[in-house]
Amino acid sequence: MEQTLNPLTQSKHKQLDSLFSEAESMTEPSSRDEIVGQIFRASKSICDEVVHYQDRQKLHRSEKLDHILTSRTWGFPIMLAMLGVIIWLTIAGANVPSSMLAETFGWLEGYITLGFQAIHAPDWLHGLLVLGLYRGISWVVSVMLPPMAIFFPAFALLENFGYLPRVAFNMDRLFKRSGGHGKQSLTMAMGFGCNAAAIMSTRIIESPRERMLAILTNNFVPCNGRWPTLILLSSLFMAAGVASGLQTFATAAIVMGMVLFGVVITLLVSWILSKTALKGVPTHYTLELPPYRRPKFWNTVIRATLDKSLFTLKRAVIVAAPAGVITWILANIFIGELSILEHIVAFLDPFARALGLDGFILMAFILGMPANEIVLPILMMGYLSTGAMTEVEDMAALKQIFLDHGWTWLTALNMMLFSLLHYPCGTTLINIYKETKSPKWTFLSFAIPTAMAIGVTFTVAQVARGMGWV
Amino acid sequence: MKYPSKEMPYRIALAGNPNTGKSTLFNTLTGLRQHTGNWPGKTVLCAEGEYRFQEKNYTVVDLPGTYSLYSNSADEEVARDYILFEQPDVTIVVLDATSLERNLNLALQVLEMSDRVVICLNMIDEAIRKGIRIHDQKLSSKLGVPVVKTSARDGKGINELKKIVTRVAEGRIQTRPYRIRYSEKIEEKIQSIQSQIENIFGDQLPSRWIALRLLDGERSMLNALKKRIPKEGAPDGANLKSPYPVEA
Repeated sequence: MEQTLNPLTQSKHKQLDSLFSEAESMTEPSSRDEIVGQIFRASKSICDEVVHYQDRQKLHRSEKLDHILTSRTWGFPIMLAMLGVIIWLTIAGANVPSSMLAETFGWLEGYITLGFQAIHAPDWLHGLLVLGLYRGISWVVSVMLPPMAIFFPAFALLENFGYLPRVAFNMDRLFKRSGGHGKQSLTMAMGFGCNAAAIMSTRIIESPRERMLAILTNNFVPCNGRWPTLILLSSLFMAAGVASGLQTFATAAIVMGMVLFGVVITLLVSWILSKTALKGVPTHYTLELPPYRRPKFWNTVIRATLDKSLFTLKRAVIVAAPAGVITWILANIFIGELSILEHIVAFLDPFARALGLDGFILMAFILGMPANEIVLPILMMGYLSTGAMTEVEDMAALKQIFLDHGWTWLTALNMMLFSLLHYPCGTTLINIYKETKSPKWTFLSFAIPTAMAIGVTFTVAQVARGMGWV
Repeated sequence: MKYPSKEMPYRIALAGNPNTGKSTLFNTLTGLRQHTGNWPGKTVLCAEGEYRFQEKNYTVVDLPGTYSLYSNSADEEVARDYILFEQPDVTIVVLDATSLERNLNLALQVLEMSDRVVICLNMIDEAIRKGIRIHDQKLSSKLGVPVVKTSARDGKGINELKKIVTRVAEGRIQTRPYRIRYSEKIEEKIQSIQSQIENIFGDQLPSRWIALRLLDGERSMLNALKKRIPKEGAPDGANLKSPYPVEA
């Protein structure tokens, strides 16, 4: 850039430089404190004149509530209980509407097929559009929409109430001990919504070292795109052995366990990094606890539904629709005995088996790189395309698809673990690159989670098999 | 002072601490006509939207919520650079009326940077519920800029705010922003640096404020200033919109 500057500009640069060093020579260590202190004093003196309190007692209500919600004894139990209730509500509430949606789609499919027959459409077209595209989208909508329509508004209500900063306050001690910045707990909380957005939110962390820690570990909490996978798989598989009345509780407990495991991994990786590649001491900061506010109920619910649920769903459908077509085409072009899809799956299978997964699942994660929302849809389309033409009927039918492909509780568990721990989605990686401007750190933010995902699933699979649990 | 031509919308920036209802105000002002804009150089997303009021168009930029403008972090730099270099026609500082003292620090900093400021005392309903009374006229005369009470989430005071913003944007309200007096020692140093800054940038940048930052030893400020200079020296007419004089 320097060589393009004209003389006028150059001389001004020099002027600025000398001005800066002149200013620097005048600066005393106390200058900043003096300047900031003067601003604070001015604020105070103005406020003393213009603000009048009628009843100071009223102002302390927030503090009383904080005393409980952020107390050393009750802080964590209350936090876990809140999370548990939200997840339980989601699972218990989503079952019925999910089945109803699935039935409606199955019923519609009959008529669509009749329509195709009436106009004498060729079989391949019916296969591509109905069996590939339509079924794929139907499953996505019926499986993902109901849980999202409950989870996101519930989460948004807590957020608007002002609870999230309290979560950050509670978590602060843990993050400090693992060498990170206390605000990392806030960016982590953002990650529960969307990791890509959370990467941007790490800008609130001043120190570059601690910001990098927050970026590298953000992916270990499940985002919008991964919640449905966790919730669905745990409700289908993990709670199967439990008495029916307690099943939703067991499912909720499993999902919560996943979330806590993600948090533990976040802390662990932060701790390891802060002892190795990103050495340093955590800096101090002030965390403001804003006053509690009663959320505007319907406003929040509607906004969360429109903004988050429909946004996630739209992303899933838009990306999943072409993926469905591609999957269907791959499954129907044969090279030798096997379709292209089966070749890919067969290639991935041995490695995937070692992780307790199968070739289809690994393929879905790879093709799902652009967005986590589409991993499950692609997986289902892959399964559906290989002869097991399950109509969209109900959740039992969905489980049957998985069982037909040899799933056990271990497959479900490891898919959940892989989903929780694996590399960030494409959007997140792009954001990481934009924020860090470093190919090295972007690569590490891909490699560290991937290594964790492979390591953990491999260990779990080997232990479970070795002990003869599966 | 420059005024936008008839078609050019006035540019309004929203500054404020996090959690002051700034984004709610943004949504109330702009309704559904909003989109996200991406500022050059930084991948920081500031929401940007428009509204129309009394036959005029306004572009509103929702700056990142910050506690100060001292470039402690990337988002503070974004907010600072926007106010300093993009020079919005009006900067609305959104304050949480329930904790005015803490919020006022940011307002005082903005007042050091810009003349065209409107103070928005938001969440006034909540303040009243908590028994907090704020003398808005007294505050206005203290700060030397208009003060408007609003409750953005109920849409209260929004019309009044728009009216005041229009009058400030058009220059029909003369402001006399409150400037903090520092100790004699610091004021002397400011004096000596300020004139040199004016030599370089003319009267287009708030020289007193820049002098303070340089005395702070803020290196990021120096770099931000340098980045601005090449534009000014560009030989073609491409820099017509640049807020800096071609000759110092």
